Amino acid sequence: MKYVFTFFLICTFSFANAQVKLLTLSELDRRIAKGKDTTYVINFWATWCGPCVAELPSFEKLKKEYFKRPVKVILISMDFKSKLKSDVIPFVKKHKLKSEVYVINEADQQAFIEKVDKKWSGSIPATLVAMRTRRLFFEKEFANNELEDLVKNIVHGDYKL
Amino acid sequence: MRKVLIVCLMMLGIMAKAQNGYQVGDVATDFNLKNVDGKNVSLANYKDAKGYIVVFTCNTCPVAKAYQSRVEALHKEYGPKGYPVIAINTNDPGTSPGDSYENMQKLAKEKNFSYAYLEDPNHIYTKKFGATKTPHTFVLTKTAKGNEVAYIGAIDNDQEEVNADKTTYVKAAVNSLLQGKKPEITSTKAVGCSIKWKKEGTTK
Repeated sequence: MKYVFTFFLICTFSFANAQVKLLTLSELDRRIAKGKDTTYVINFWATWCGPCVAELPSFEKLKKEYFKRPVKVILISMDFKSKLKSDVIPFVKKHKLKSEVYVINEADQQAFIEKVDKKWSGSIPATLVAMRTRRLFFEKEFANNELEDLVKNIVHGDYKL
Repeated sequence: MRKVLIVCLMMLGIMAKAQNGYQVGDVATDFNLKNVDGKNVSLANYKDAKGYIVVFTCNTCPVAKAYQSRVEALHKEYGPKGYPVIAINTNDPGTSPGDSYENMQKLAKEKNFSYAYLEDPNHIYTKKFGATKTPHTFVLTKTAKGNEVAYIGAIDNDQEEVNADKTTYVKAAVNSLLQGKKPEITSTKAVGCSIKWKKEGTTK
């Protein structure tokens, strides 16, 4: 019985890991608004973007870090919606990503980029750090421990978001 | 100390975003680059052109691929009206093997490109124009000053062809120019893949 239960758990766990849904910008905004004191670290990436893929481990590692306040990593893929099943889900499985992964569900790239951050040229990787109504946007790749240091500074209040 | 570091990093970020390449209103230089048929192509070759739709693109980027048929349609529609499409491959074949000249030829043949598709060794014109993405489009119009840049950016705001109320920026710009007017929208954000630059110290 125990074995069956464990097996069931493993099944649901691995299934949950490979779940990737579509997400609109307003759904993301609502999520942040409801997040109370959670700091959201939102990374915009794509399976076809080499530097983005190289940077994913720093975001994955962030989840395991100890922070005084809740931190939530969300990986938003800029892959085409039509590639959700063919590219994004297999990628998430292959790289065993543990963070929440979504594919952006916005038809108009110009409007979407503008809404995320006026200064964003549309380049990825790009990262949005958000808590309630406060936001910081970075259009860059993070060096080794740079992301971790940044999030620690933000969450522990040495660095005002 | 940490704060100082972050401020420094931010400054670096700002510096890295300094504007390079052409702005709307600048006069674009002519080039002489090898087409997929082995012959060199310059803007000056198009004697009857009123202007040009120069698309910086590549073989490999999913966004560039999604626009291939739309680029072809632009050439079919506007070539005869005096605005031919000229595509330029931005990517270094050493960094991105799928973007080699042979692969450009293969793609052009497979997709029946009716427009010129040129290689740009060492990114000379990619950098001169200031293209940063694939695809990144520059609409030029012939004026007394030379080939003036009239529009820079995206082809439209509908990468996946699902946006019911899309704006076709390049078409709108060329239509305005054909009527002797300035485009209403002269620049948008080119959204696509980063350019695969040549790695330093490599030769070819």
